Formats: sequence, structure tokens, C-alpha cells
Amino acid sequence: MSELNESIKQVIEGEDVALFMKGTPQMVMCGNSLRALEALRRVGAPVTTVDVLPDPAIRQELSAVSGWPTIPQVFVRGELIGGADIVEELEQSGELERTLAARLGPGYRESRDEKTLSVV
Amino acid sequence: MATEPLRALLAQAFPDAGELDVLDRTGTGDHFQVTVASARFDGLPLVEQHRLVYEALATPLADGTIHELRIKTRGPG
Repeated sequence: MSELNESIKQVIEGEDVALFMKGTPQMVMCGNSLRALEALRRVGAPVTTVDVLPDPAIRQELSAVSGWPTIPQVFVRGELIGGADIVEELEQSGELERTLAARLGPGYRESRDEKTLSVV
Repeated sequence: MATEPLRALLAQAFPDAGELDVLDRTGTGDHFQVTVASARFDGLPLVEQHRLVYEALATPLADGTIHELRIKTRGPG
């Protein structure tokens, strides 16, 4: 198993909310990544972002791990929630908030801090 | 790519679809919005519903024909 594959899995399984995106929260490089990030911010999710752009291999490995072909990808405690459309839809219906409260505990907003990790 | 081949792939995967719409969002043949209403989605979480759409469009997604895909799924009702 490759080192990259291992670090991607570590992020997915180790972070409360992981967002694999194009760019960083400071410089978002894709409209869909921005949509996912903003939906997560609206519910106060403690987001850990990973930029997939530094190396095309990140995207390939990530899709191999998740079975999801597009970016962004959002995981909560190791489980794939979906891409931008799903995260927006779940946020609008209130389900995203319920999922976060159920998985991370009702006080999940208190730990609200955005961080960025690198997998390469 | 025109919208018609994508529509055909979706119609094949969702023969029961009550609503099946493919929109070229940017007019450039690579950014699409698809809407599918099908009984195949019944009882499935959104992530699994979208997976079924990705499976139906696996070829144009893999070869880069589809640069961006927005998906809206719902049950048949």
C-alpha cells in the first residue's frame, strides 16, 4: 500500500469532518469546492481541508479509496457524505446539522476550527 | 458532448425514470446538470443515489468528456 493511500485514509478516518477540495479555504480553485465549504461553514462544522491539486495522484488515490469520481468529497468520521450537491441539499434540509450532531455530539460547533492538511 | 448521448445512458440505467433531464449548463458541452426521478432511488441515502448516476455515466466521466456534473435525484413520486 502506497504512502499516499495511507495518508489519505488517515485523514478520512482521523478527522471529524474532512473536505477534499481544489485549492484551500484561502484560495478556492473551483466553484463546487466552494459550495461544499460554504455549506459546511453554515452549519459550523469543524472542517479539515485537503487540497487535491498539488499532485494528480491525490485525486486518483482518493477516488480509488472512496469509489467517488468527482471533487469535492466530504467525509464525516470516516464515512463519505457526498459531493457539493449532496452537502448543499443536506444542509438545506437540516439533515447535515443533524448528522453532525449525531456523529460528533451536540456541541460539535464549539470545536469549530478550520484546518488544512497536506497528504503529499 | 451533446446532451443526447448522456440522456441515452441515463435512460438505459433508469428505464422507469419519470423525469430525466440533462442540461448543458455552460453551453460548452462539458458542464452538465442532470435530474433523474426513479424508483431505483427509493430508500437510498443521497450518496448511494448519486453513485447510481455516476455508474450510469462512468464512461464519459472517466474519459474526461464530463468536466463537471451536478446531480439532482428524487424518487418517482
